[in-house]
Amino acid sequence: MKQICDVLIVGAGPAGLCAASIFANTDVQVIVLERDPFLGGQLLKQTHMFFGSKEQYAGTRGFEIGTLLKEPILQAKNIRIFTNTVAAGFYPEDGFLLAIENDQELHRIYFKKILLATGASEKALSFENNDLPGIFGAGAVQTLMNMYGVAPGKEVIMVGSGNIGLIVSYQLMQAGISVKCIVEAAPVIGGYFVHAAKVRRLQIPIYTQTTVRKAFGTESLEGVELISLDAHWQEIAGSERYETCDTLCLAVGLSPLSELLSHFQCETQYVPELGGSVALRNQRMQCTHKDVFIAGDVAGIEEASSAMLEGMIAGVSIAEDLGIATPSHKSIKEESTQFLQAMRSGPIGDKIRSGLRKVEDSHV
Amino acid sequence: MRIEKHPILEFGEKKKVTFFLDGQRVTGYEGEPIAVALFEQGFKNISKSLVYHRPRGIFCCIGNCSSCLMKVNGVPNVRTCTKQLEEGMIVETQKRES
Repeated sequence: MKQICDVLIVGAGPAGLCAASIFANTDVQVIVLERDPFLGGQLLKQTHMFFGSKEQYAGTRGFEIGTLLKEPILQAKNIRIFTNTVAAGFYPEDGFLLAIENDQELHRIYFKKILLATGASEKALSFENNDLPGIFGAGAVQTLMNMYGVAPGKEVIMVGSGNIGLIVSYQLMQAGISVKCIVEAAPVIGGYFVHAAKVRRLQIPIYTQTTVRKAFGTESLEGVELISLDAHWQEIAGSERYETCDTLCLAVGLSPLSELLSHFQCETQYVPELGGSVALRNQRMQCTHKDVFIAGDVAGIEEASSAMLEGMIAGVSIAEDLGIATPSHKSIKEESTQFLQAMRSGPIGDKIRSGLRKVEDSHV
Repeated sequence: MRIEKHPILEFGEKKKVTFFLDGQRVTGYEGEPIAVALFEQGFKNISKSLVYHRPRGIFCCIGNCSSCLMKVNGVPNVRTCTKQLEEGMIVETQKRES
C-alpha cells in the first residue's frame, strides 16, 4: 500500500521515540516503523535504574522509561505507528522506502525527511564451537529473562566486563540464576566502578586477561575452556581450564545497524571507537544526504541516555528543515546538546569524543 | 524454566496455548516469541546450519541474526525469536532444501 508522510522514523527505541515526541500533536504527518510488536526498543529489558540527571530519567528503571516515552506517541493523532514492520530498503529512483508488515504486507512509504534510529546488533566472538545453542548475546539473555520471564540456563559464564556484561550478570543473579564468573580479555574491568562493585558484592569473580578458547557440547552448550592472556593478548600455554556451564553470555560490544544508510548513499566511515561503520554527520545529526538524519546507536554505540538526547536533536533539526520549528524546539535542542556534551565530558567520554571527531563534519 | 519470583519485574498471568513442533504437541504463552516458548520447554536446538547441519538455537533474540529460522504455518525462514505465538501454530524445523 502507498503511504505518504512528512517524517519517517525507522525504529521506536529511545532515539526514535524522542524524535517522534518533537512532532506529537503538530500538523506534521509522521510514520514510525518498528520491527518488534511493541515500542521501546531495548529499554524494555533494562531493569536497572538510570543515572545522570533528572532530565535523563535518573533513578527510573529502563523499562519504565520505555513506557514514559511511548505514551505521548501512542496518543498523538498525527503519528501513525507500524509495528511488526521491517524497513527493507530505499528505492532512490522512485523515492520510497519499502516496508514489510507482518512478513506479508508491503508498504511503499513516501516521505520528506527520514530519521534512521535503527540501533545496533551484538558482536560475536570467534572461538571453536561458538555457534552452539546456549551461547547467547547479552541482549538475548536480557530478552529471555526480563521480558518473557524465562531463565536462559542454570549456570552462566559471562564474557566481557563492560557495563552490559556487569549489568546483565547482576540481572541474572536477581532472577535467581547463578553466574559462575565474568571473563575479560583486557587487563582491567571495562564498565563503571558502581556496576563492578555490585557484582563483586554478590561474590561473582571477575577474571581479567582471560578469554574463552573453546566451547563443548553436542546438542547444546555443556562447558567451556578458558585461557589466560599475556600483556600482548596472546594465549598463555598451560593456562587452559575447563568450566562447566549451560549458558555463555557474550557481552563483547555492539555494532551500528547502518545498512539502510548505504541505500541513501550516505557517506560512512569505519570508526572503532563508535563500534563500526557510522555515517558522517553534522551536529544537527544530518548525514551527507540532506534528507537523512540519524540518532542513537546507529550513529555510534553509546547509551540509551545519549540516544534519547540525539533523538531530540535530530527531531528538532528535521522540524527546522520543514520550517515548523518553534522557540520551544530551539530550547529543547540547546538543552539536549548541552546535556550530551556534559555526558561525554571527562575521561569516561574520551573514547566517544575521539570517535566523533572522525565523523562530525561541519561541511556535511 | 520460568522465573517465578523476581525482585523488580512482574510477569503476570498469561494465556496458555497449544501449538505443534514437528507434529508434537507443545505449550507456551500466547504472544511470547515461538523460540522463547520452545526454549522454555527445553528445545534449545531448533535449527541447523545450511552446510554442516550444526545445531542452532536462539542467539540474539531480537530478529537480527537468523539463528532461529523455522517454518511456521507453512512459511519458511520465519524468525521465531520475534514471531508471536498463537494457538494451534504449526512449527517445523527446516530441512536444508527449504
